[in-house]
Amino acid sequence: MSSALFRPLTAGSGMQKRWMDGRKMSEVAAQFIKPNDRLTSFERLEIYNRQYWFRILDCFYDDYPGLRAVLGGRKFEKLAKAYLAQFPSASFTLRNLGGRLEKFLREDSSWTAPRSELALDMARFEWAQIVAFDGAALPPVTPDDLLDSPPGKLRLGLQPHLTLLALDFPVDDFSIAIKKRDALRAEASNAMDAAPKAARLKKVSLPKREKVFVAVHRCDNTLYYKRLAAEAFEILTAIRAGKTVRRACENAFRSSRKTAPEIGAQIQDWFQNWSSLGWFCKPRKRP
Amino acid sequence: MPANAFNNYTDYGIGIGLRVPHYRHILEKKPVVDWFEIISENFMCDGGRPLEVLDQILEQYRVVQHGVSMYFGNADKPDREHLKRLKALVKRTQTPWLSDHLCWGSVDGRYTHDLLPMPYTFAAAKVTAEKIRLVRDFVEVPVCVENVSSYAEFHASEMTEWEFLSEVAELADCGILLDVNNIYVSSKNHGFDPYDYLNNVPHHRVGQIHIAGHSKFKKYILDTHDHPVLDPVWKMYAHAIKLCGKTATLLEWDDRIPSFDEVHNEALKANKFVHELETAKVSA
Repeated sequence: MSSALFRPLTAGSGMQKRWMDGRKMSEVAAQFIKPNDRLTSFERLEIYNRQYWFRILDCFYDDYPGLRAVLGGRKFEKLAKAYLAQFPSASFTLRNLGGRLEKFLREDSSWTAPRSELALDMARFEWAQIVAFDGAALPPVTPDDLLDSPPGKLRLGLQPHLTLLALDFPVDDFSIAIKKRDALRAEASNAMDAAPKAARLKKVSLPKREKVFVAVHRCDNTLYYKRLAAEAFEILTAIRAGKTVRRACENAFRSSRKTAPEIGAQIQDWFQNWSSLGWFCKPRKRP
Repeated sequence: MPANAFNNYTDYGIGIGLRVPHYRHILEKKPVVDWFEIISENFMCDGGRPLEVLDQILEQYRVVQHGVSMYFGNADKPDREHLKRLKALVKRTQTPWLSDHLCWGSVDGRYTHDLLPMPYTFAAAKVTAEKIRLVRDFVEVPVCVENVSSYAEFHASEMTEWEFLSEVAELADCGILLDVNNIYVSSKNHGFDPYDYLNNVPHHRVGQIHIAGHSKFKKYILDTHDHPVLDPVWKMYAHAIKLCGKTATLLEWDDRIPSFDEVHNEALKANKFVHELETAKVSA
């Protein structure tokens, strides 16, 4: 039965008429499902096949509004069906449905062409939001902890809910614009009787290529996106990879034209900010 | 005094499901509610807003856990990591019992996120009961198993659904979460008398009752939880509490969710039947 449920629906959202070995699906269903006076075995099984796909597609639709905006409704639907057919849910929670989308998009860009790079950035950005929403938060390292340790030996961990993204498109701004548009659309539709023309809202332009570094994180249980300087991104990425704080900072500024005092002040400022956001935790013990 | 051995929590009264659209209302207005049922899986996460909200709710209200992914009817054993997460949540909520469904839903690590009907065989009952025992022993709270609504029946079945539910509950020595709306939906889809079902389950095992709304289609009924409870279901509820005694009752409303007050008022309609039952007892 489960194999039948996972099989993709037809274009008309029905169950496929043929089984994988070419037999009629009506015959296959009749082997294990009883018909009743109103529904054939095929039709009864089809209810479950449809429910499965409607449920996971709905969930995927809700999780990726930005990717939908990038691709358009029809293309997004095709991508969703292809992805979920290849990577069905492997978790007790639908929260993890998009967990392998990045891998899927990297391996096959045909579903998102010609906007594959933008789509990939958006998919990564939206998955980072899911992680930030309910990912683990470990006890933060305090500023005092930092002061007590020499940078040459100090290793830190980063909060599991924090994702660092190097993006080729400013999808954070685009995502905010989409949310604003959708909020306006909701307001306009509520006020439809009074001002029907207000419902016509501007289309949000797709972002132009621009290298940006973004941290997606949670603070006081609210989700935030924070732009980072390239050097800041490099420091944090190195820290996450297990480098000492000194090594991470030295590498990030190795070709900088800034003076040492300027760099020192900048690093101090960043670390104070990141500490106040609770981004640092104890590093994971290496096996 | 409990009406039966499995509903020591008879005084729990009438609860409703804790749902996201009502969070703000509940936390700000602090309405009087007997108890909330939470979907365990929604809070089996590592952190963030869901657990913050839950902790705030727990400061004010009694909470009972209801699961949707234990899949007692699966062929494989429960995932240990899943059980650990569930137990951690049980400790957090102090739920007096927890419930999940008499169904299967995943195969070889692939999840349908559905509550799929089982073939009602003695072999399946035995395996399912063992799994319920295992879960109960691990989480260390009583378990109630819930009958699901269904749209298909199997040739392989050797008994009726209520016989299967009874067999499983007896073998596992567990409680039953009797969903009267699910009985009604399945009775229409499979053409049995829902009162045969109500009359023939072990009433002394019913620890909780679910009520909900459903949607009628041309050839079948879907358990959509997006409507008020329909009259035939209320009638069945009245009959169920007559058989089982006063029982913790919960209204499920999961889609097209209206205001908190509308949901709560719908749930509180159950009190009318509870009062009628108590009045009839006093008169007798």
